[in-house]
Parts: sequence; structure tokens; C-alpha cells
Amino acid sequence: MATTEPPEENGSVEQAPTSAALDRLLATMPDAVEHSEFQRGAPIVRIAPARLLEAMTFLRDDPACRFDLLSSLCGMDLSLTRTDGPRFDVVYHLYSVEHRHVLTVKIAVAEEQEAPSVTGIWVTANWHEREAYDMFGIGFAGHPDLRRILMPDGFDAFPLRKDFPLEGREKDHGCWRRPEDDDRYTYVAQAPEK
Amino acid sequence: MGLSRELQEGDHPAILVTKYESLFNWARKSSLWPMTFGLACCAIEMMSAGASRFDMDRFGAGIFRATPRQADLMIVSGSVTEKMAPVIRRLYDQMPEPKWVMSMGICSTAGGPFPTYSHVQGVDRVVPVDVYIPGCPPRPEALFYGLLMLQDKIDQMKYSK
Repeated sequence: MATTEPPEENGSVEQAPTSAALDRLLATMPDAVEHSEFQRGAPIVRIAPARLLEAMTFLRDDPACRFDLLSSLCGMDLSLTRTDGPRFDVVYHLYSVEHRHVLTVKIAVAEEQEAPSVTGIWVTANWHEREAYDMFGIGFAGHPDLRRILMPDGFDAFPLRKDFPLEGREKDHGCWRRPEDDDRYTYVAQAPEK
Repeated sequence: MGLSRELQEGDHPAILVTKYESLFNWARKSSLWPMTFGLACCAIEMMSAGASRFDMDRFGAGIFRATPRQADLMIVSGSVTEKMAPVIRRLYDQMPEPKWVMSMGICSTAGGPFPTYSHVQGVDRVVPVDVYIPGCPPRPEALFYGLLMLQDKIDQMKYSK
């Protein structure tokens, strides 16, 4: 086994990070990739939303990529920082059990747009996309069952949006009523449906 | 009191004279059956209180029933979310009378560190509460103290009007 040189101090031998999967994606469908970068050695790629399903299917099935695990999917509300673009990002964290490498995929979604659902590629995306919908109001085209997952069914807002007040709305909602002389909501039980 | 001489002065006196309120209250407070029902970390402390080290059974309240229909004490142990509130209300409605509610910990008492959109700012906005226990979480001793307070309260219940 070849011995390796001990790394010098001050990081002078630090190498630029590489990603075989990212290289493969860039070589195969360069027109789908809008931007790619490394953050702390981890590859991040931004893909055109219209090409997402195609790119994701490739990343899952290509022998050099083989991202068989969607380890997380989440939304981001960038309305405070991104002034000249779509409001939301959807972030996909991919992992390959076979190759043990990771890739972060991002797409931008405007408020009135829907992101393509990846439930047809990874079944686990089902609940993740429901959560992103529940918290941010991001729609997912092609999702089989896009309902709220954490908040009550009658909830009518998206609480992780930056313009949502942390302490809740100023009005009655669902079974909750707040009299004028009270600062807390009271639960009003409803008669069961017959 | 009108008892016969034989009953009062026999070799084995078998008569106890008391108010029926005192008798019922004594029976009820001595055999509280809590519902098996936990919401968050306070429930861990409640389980500890029920287990051998602290032994809630010493106070007659150690039989945690797995159904509200057999329970007369609801210990709301942990954060109450707006999504959970209808479930708590339904469980409370399913418990037979007489029934009591203890709010365990600051989360269920007043919202605790969660003044947010999803959290109920006090379970007394969902079900009527008899005893509030402060703490985060309350130690088992605090839970027992609350239980003794509840027993005192039950002891003062009036049936006649």
C-alpha cells in the first residue's frame, strides 16, 4: 500500500474538491444545469425546473451516479434575500448507498408555479413534498396525494414563509375562537358530523 | 344516632357512621385511575413517577388505564398543539364522570417556551383543569404533590345542594 505524504500545515496542499457524479451530469446534459459549485467540498447543482425529472432519473439510474436514496427534500423561502428571482427553492439531498457519495440539487420555483414531483423516482418524496407544501405552499405537479401533513387540515396559511407571524394569525381559525378581552385562543368543540 | 344497642356495643362492632359525602370522596380520591396518555417529555417523567423507583401506586393512582372509558384522571403531560387539541377534547369527553384533569408542566399550563402558531397557550382552553403543576418537566415529587392537592380537592366535593 502506497504511503501518502502527510498534509502540510496551512492547507497548502488542499486540493480542489471533485465529484464524479457532478462531472457525469455535466457531461451528459450540460444544458439542464444552470449552475454548479462546491461548498465545503460538497457538490451543489442548480437545475432548470423543466429538466428536473429527466436529470433526477439520470442521477438515480446512471451506473456512475446511482443516487438510490433521496435523504431529504425541503423548501426554502428566499423572499428576504433574493430580490430578482423566484421566491422559493426546492432542495434535494441525494445519497448513493453504492458509491457513498452525495449531491445537492436545487431548483427555483416562483410563488405561482409548481415544482415537478419526484414521487415517481423516489417514493419517499411523497411525505417530504407534502411537508414542503404544508410549510411553504409550494405545489408539486404530479403528486398523488398533496395534502397537509403537519398542520391541521383546516389550517389556511403556510407557517414557514418569511411573512408569516411566528405567534400566529390575528383572527379566528378552524375551531379556535378568541374573544376581544382575551389574549389566547379557546377551542370550541364542534358537534360530530352525522 | 338511633343504632341499636347491640350494634353499638357488641363484641365486634361492624358499624361506621359517616357522611356519605365523606365516604364517596374518600373512595374516589383513594383510587384515582389515570389514563395512559402522554404528549411529550413530561410523559417520560410521568412514566418514571409510575414506575418502581417513585411508585405512584403509593397514592392509589398507579393503575394507568389504556382507555379513557376506564379512567377518571387525565394528566396532560407535555406540549399541546392545535392539531392535538381535538383529540384531547375527545378523550376527555369519553371519560366517565366524575373526572379530573391535571396539567403537568409549563407547556400544557401556559404554552411554555412555544408562543407560536401551532401551540395551544394553555390546555385550560381545551379542557377544564383542576390542578396545574409547574416545572419543565416537573419532578415526580412535584407530580405527587399535585396529586395530593387533587386529592384534597376531591375531599371537599359536595353532592348535596
